[in-house]
Amino acid sequence: MSESNGCAMRYSGFRVIKEALTGHRGWGPAWRDPEPQPSYDYVIIGGGGHGLATAYYLARHFGKKRIAVLEKGWIGGGNVGRNTTIIRSNYLLDGNEPFYEYSLKLWEGLEQELNYNAMVSQRGILNLYHNDAQRDAFVRRGNAMILSGADAELLSVEQIRARYPFLDFANARFPIRGGLAQHRGGTVRHDAVAWGYARGADSHGVDIIQNCEVTGFRIENGVCKGVETSRGYIGAGKVASCVAGSSSRVMALAGMRLPIESHVLQAFVSEGLKPLLPGVITFGAGHFYCSQSDKGGLVFGGDIDGYNSYAQRGNLPTVEDVCESGMALIPALGRARLLRMWGGVMDMSMDGSPIIDRTHVDGLYFNGGWCYGGFKATPASGMAYAHLLATDTPHETATAYRFDRFRRGLMIDEKGMGAQPNLH
Amino acid sequence: MIIHHPLLGPRDAQEFTYLGDASLIDRPDWQAEHAVDRFHDYLYLRDNPAGEHRELWFHEVGDRSWLVVTRNTLTHEITSVELARDVARSRGRSK
Repeated sequence: MSESNGCAMRYSGFRVIKEALTGHRGWGPAWRDPEPQPSYDYVIIGGGGHGLATAYYLARHFGKKRIAVLEKGWIGGGNVGRNTTIIRSNYLLDGNEPFYEYSLKLWEGLEQELNYNAMVSQRGILNLYHNDAQRDAFVRRGNAMILSGADAELLSVEQIRARYPFLDFANARFPIRGGLAQHRGGTVRHDAVAWGYARGADSHGVDIIQNCEVTGFRIENGVCKGVETSRGYIGAGKVASCVAGSSSRVMALAGMRLPIESHVLQAFVSEGLKPLLPGVITFGAGHFYCSQSDKGGLVFGGDIDGYNSYAQRGNLPTVEDVCESGMALIPALGRARLLRMWGGVMDMSMDGSPIIDRTHVDGLYFNGGWCYGGFKATPASGMAYAHLLATDTPHETATAYRFDRFRRGLMIDEKGMGAQPNLH
Repeated sequence: MIIHHPLLGPRDAQEFTYLGDASLIDRPDWQAEHAVDRFHDYLYLRDNPAGEHRELWFHEVGDRSWLVVTRNTLTHEITSVELARDVARSRGRSK
């Protein structure tokens, strides 16, 4: 890697001013565009947030060399570019909460770590409750969070009203009774996460190879030797799949069937408005979550459509359902116009929790099943996957994310829905 | 999406609830030798194809019949709808 391509450039306020005064002629590409080598020690399939984070931590924290990230299209073009940007660690179960809290701690140091402005904004997340049973469940959840070192605070209606006076507190059917707040939660500029990790990985020698689709695995005597790609065969010491909604398709190339269904989740953004929503807020009586982007758009979403889909677009009944939930919570939402809506393909697992594990094929690893909660997990997923790849042992916060938990009856089912992916 | 119900004609998909892959019709024999493995695969593993997918829909707010819908997961186009009862019987189930 040469200095002249600009990949090693360090960003700073001084640099921004200097470039502003010199016509912005000094900026270079943030990462290289290398040709694939014949072989690598580590081949990561999927140039999304999790794949790039894995490559970054593998190179930066575990000191590994000869790493490639293969991406079918362009990096960050999948779910890391399509989500509603929320970060939080408000989970209940032992298998999940330490992992997500670790992820939130990594988010808190991410920008200094990467020297990249990912716009991590800890504006807080508030989950509203509307009845006594929900209050009890939220108290329990808050206590579980605190036990894992996270922050949680139960807010009264008065406290919520002071910050969000425009909510429909006296909704006839679902009056707001209080909420569980995590003040360290918030939002992150999602694309910048992919770009920041890509730049960081590249600067540590990782080859990021775009427009390179994996079309098959070369498996001999139960050992994965490499991958067939649209740009030729690439040998590998270890192959790590990290392709979210495409997990079943990629792993089918290795003869595996996964405990995963792919579903479509829609997201929405309104026209730009003056500052209205100071934090992230979720409705407890339906599925609706909303925040306001720094550009002013209200970013919101709700349930998955509920049927298998790879279409990256959903149908209108879900749009209506999400908007009705939004109106029940924030009546003023009805005055805003919807600017854009889109869909992403979610790898919905059988218990609503992810998998970071080895497979029955030596040298082939799997990371997936993130359902619609993968974005917040990006740093910890990358770190845990890198840990698994480097040491062949699970990271201490990811020991529960095994394939065999279904066979052993150790499901991590936050919502208690059973093996029905569209209900998680 | 509109599902062309074999008995009731075109119905909005909103009237249905979705269960999943139509292979769920083929419940394993609990007395079989490897019943535990078979039930694990039956309960938890899915083909999850991108393209044609045969899947079970339940007409919950309609006539409460189970349907096997063949739908393309890349385009959401529905190409055939059968009564799950007929599909199960054709496979020798529930005679």
